[in-house]
Amino acid sequence: MSEALEAEVKTNPQGDPITSTAAAPTTQVAKKDPHGEAKRQKVVSPEYMFFEAPREREFITGSECAKEAVRRSNVDLSVAYPITPQSETMQLIGVLYGEGYVKEYYRGEEEYGVMSAIAGASRAGVRCFTATAGPGTLRGIEPIASWPGHRLPAVAMFTCRVVNAPLAIQPDNIEITYLLNCGMILFHSENQQDLFDFLMKAFVISEKNDVTLPVGVACDGFFVTHARGYCSMPDRGLKLPPREAWRGAVPVLDAENPPARLSRDAPVQKSNFMAYNIHAVWQQEVWAAVERSRKYIELYMGGLVEAQNLEDAEVVLIASGSALAQSREALRLCKDKGIKAGLIKIRSLRPFPTAELRKLCKNAKLIVVPEFNYVGWLAKEVATAIFGYSKAKIIAGPHVYGGMSMPVEMILDEIVCGLTGKKSSSVPSSDIMGATEVDPAEVSHFLQNI
Amino acid sequence: MSLDYVKFTPGFDKWMPKEYRDMVEHGPFGKKTTVSQVGSFKEILEEHPMCAGCAMTLFIRLAIIAFPNPEDTITVGTAGCGRLAISQAAIPFVYGNYGDQNGVASGLSRGLRLRFGDRPKDVVVLAGDGGMADIGFAQTLHSWFRKEKFTTIMLDNEVYGNTGGQESGMTNKGQVLKMAPLGKKFEKMDMLGMAKIAGCAYVATVVPNNPRRVESVIKKAVLIAREVGPTYIQAYTSCNIEYAIPTDKVLEDCKEVEDDRYKFTEYLTDEAKETLSGLYGYKEYLPKPVPAITKN
Repeated sequence: MSEALEAEVKTNPQGDPITSTAAAPTTQVAKKDPHGEAKRQKVVSPEYMFFEAPREREFITGSECAKEAVRRSNVDLSVAYPITPQSETMQLIGVLYGEGYVKEYYRGEEEYGVMSAIAGASRAGVRCFTATAGPGTLRGIEPIASWPGHRLPAVAMFTCRVVNAPLAIQPDNIEITYLLNCGMILFHSENQQDLFDFLMKAFVISEKNDVTLPVGVACDGFFVTHARGYCSMPDRGLKLPPREAWRGAVPVLDAENPPARLSRDAPVQKSNFMAYNIHAVWQQEVWAAVERSRKYIELYMGGLVEAQNLEDAEVVLIASGSALAQSREALRLCKDKGIKAGLIKIRSLRPFPTAELRKLCKNAKLIVVPEFNYVGWLAKEVATAIFGYSKAKIIAGPHVYGGMSMPVEMILDEIVCGLTGKKSSSVPSSDIMGATEVDPAEVSHFLQNI
Repeated sequence: MSLDYVKFTPGFDKWMPKEYRDMVEHGPFGKKTTVSQVGSFKEILEEHPMCAGCAMTLFIRLAIIAFPNPEDTITVGTAGCGRLAISQAAIPFVYGNYGDQNGVASGLSRGLRLRFGDRPKDVVVLAGDGGMADIGFAQTLHSWFRKEKFTTIMLDNEVYGNTGGQESGMTNKGQVLKMAPLGKKFEKMDMLGMAKIAGCAYVATVVPNNPRRVESVIKKAVLIAREVGPTYIQAYTSCNIEYAIPTDKVLEDCKEVEDDRYKFTEYLTDEAKETLSGLYGYKEYLPKPVPAITKN
């Protein structure tokens, strides 16, 4: 076997070759092809990769999960920037480039340049990946927000960090609120396993012909990226099928296809009704494509939400990302206290699980939405989705931000306050919604007029 | 392969618009066309919404004629007057965000190389002085330092023309413009010097009143970018509106500016010269047996 001839390579505990030290002279042995293992990877269908391939469990960091997901995703090109606070994800993608798993890779000048390069590469028809965090996300948001309008399939990972002043480098998922309305598909992973699975599935969903959109995979920085967790993964000798450039809803710019109309007639060129109309119908189509991704999220990810313990629950906790871990613990404490509580995990923020929440929250008396940010974007999304469909009181909190972790007791306090009517010590009364009699006629009037 | 998309579906040819039929029957795709043949073939860019007398439009038109493989060329631009014309051309044009053109072109040219290998897929950036020297400065310089293999062409009208006449980094010192009510307080940016320092393999200045020369520098720049590394052309493309140049005096102004601050200059690295002489038959760059006397 060819392996027998290959020289042994020193590796770090993650299995990556150690390149910072001089390699021992290998004149007497045949030189190992650094891309050998990558070349031997076998293409398998997404269905086999996700549902059938045997998996092995490892105890690794979120950044390593991202690396392992990219290793198996047949990624062509990746552009990196070491934004503060970054995770080590993008430098690990560099290791994959060295090993031949990623075909093209470079360190960009800053996030605007990185996100622009991803836009260029996606137009060339290759599969692209990048990751950023906090201030980097906001620095890159102009190009990021134009990816969906240009119908560019790509996967970006957002390892959420503080963006507001005073400067901090801690986990806080405030940046998701800026990403919600770009027109991209957006998933929020709870843990290392989610990150691995969501990233791989994101590539497949992003490139579906009737989707053709970028997918953002967010996770709460540090808690997920730096901490270790269990992750079950298929064999690293397997990879997803490559991107088929001809397949997209909008032709790639490779001079093999007629150019897309968008690039011929930039709508901003004229100020007349046709210009308004071009932009309007294009944006409608972007959001329609976001809607069409639902069936693939259901197929590959098991749905936009996951409900736990909801049968005859009076209290429903709704959370995404790291707040789910604390919510699960709060659920256990509720059981001890005899409170009937359930949990809804939101996997997909765009598209948002509106229909699912309306159905699941129908009989809830109290909804508590714990979040790792100040503004409470998830609670606002939830309240908007279920308005008129649930009589529950909605508590937009508790919130922690700036890097704090969330004591489970904070969630429990909100549940008790919500049920008893006692004044909350951490959530202002202005952040408590609903629980008033809803007139169905008013609701239907409201919905018809928005 | 790429020519397939400019062919008619059999049986549909007589129903196609005249513009389209002209492009297929008399267009430059897959042929060698030169500026001296203008009028005898259908140009890739003809109709456009630019101002009367616009020197930039003339330059863009000449530049596109000069592309060595127009059927395999993808242009990239940004906000500014230029894209109003470039987007009307019959070749792909990427119009992304403000000042992102050299970043987009980096990803695009690398991606195309991954898919098509050595088969030429030329990426050409055509953007204004504001887009390149101001808002897109970091991406422009970094793409050169990274030795990205594509051509960057600055359409330098020394002003923000499209937004209504504001000072740009390429405006001359002392010039009174919007946002420079007391005259610009610093010199025109030396992008040519920076291009050389950053490692461009070919750097040239040109004005549009010499079509043969425009054609010559564009061809060389695209061919060198394909094989060697980044190339940069800085073209004076006056704004007759903001600088109040009478329409019939636009080319006279080009000549005056050429004599004043836009003399033709051309810089090639040795590798670029070898590529031109070795691969593309440019005899003037063949190594000379006896050191030639340089004439100026």
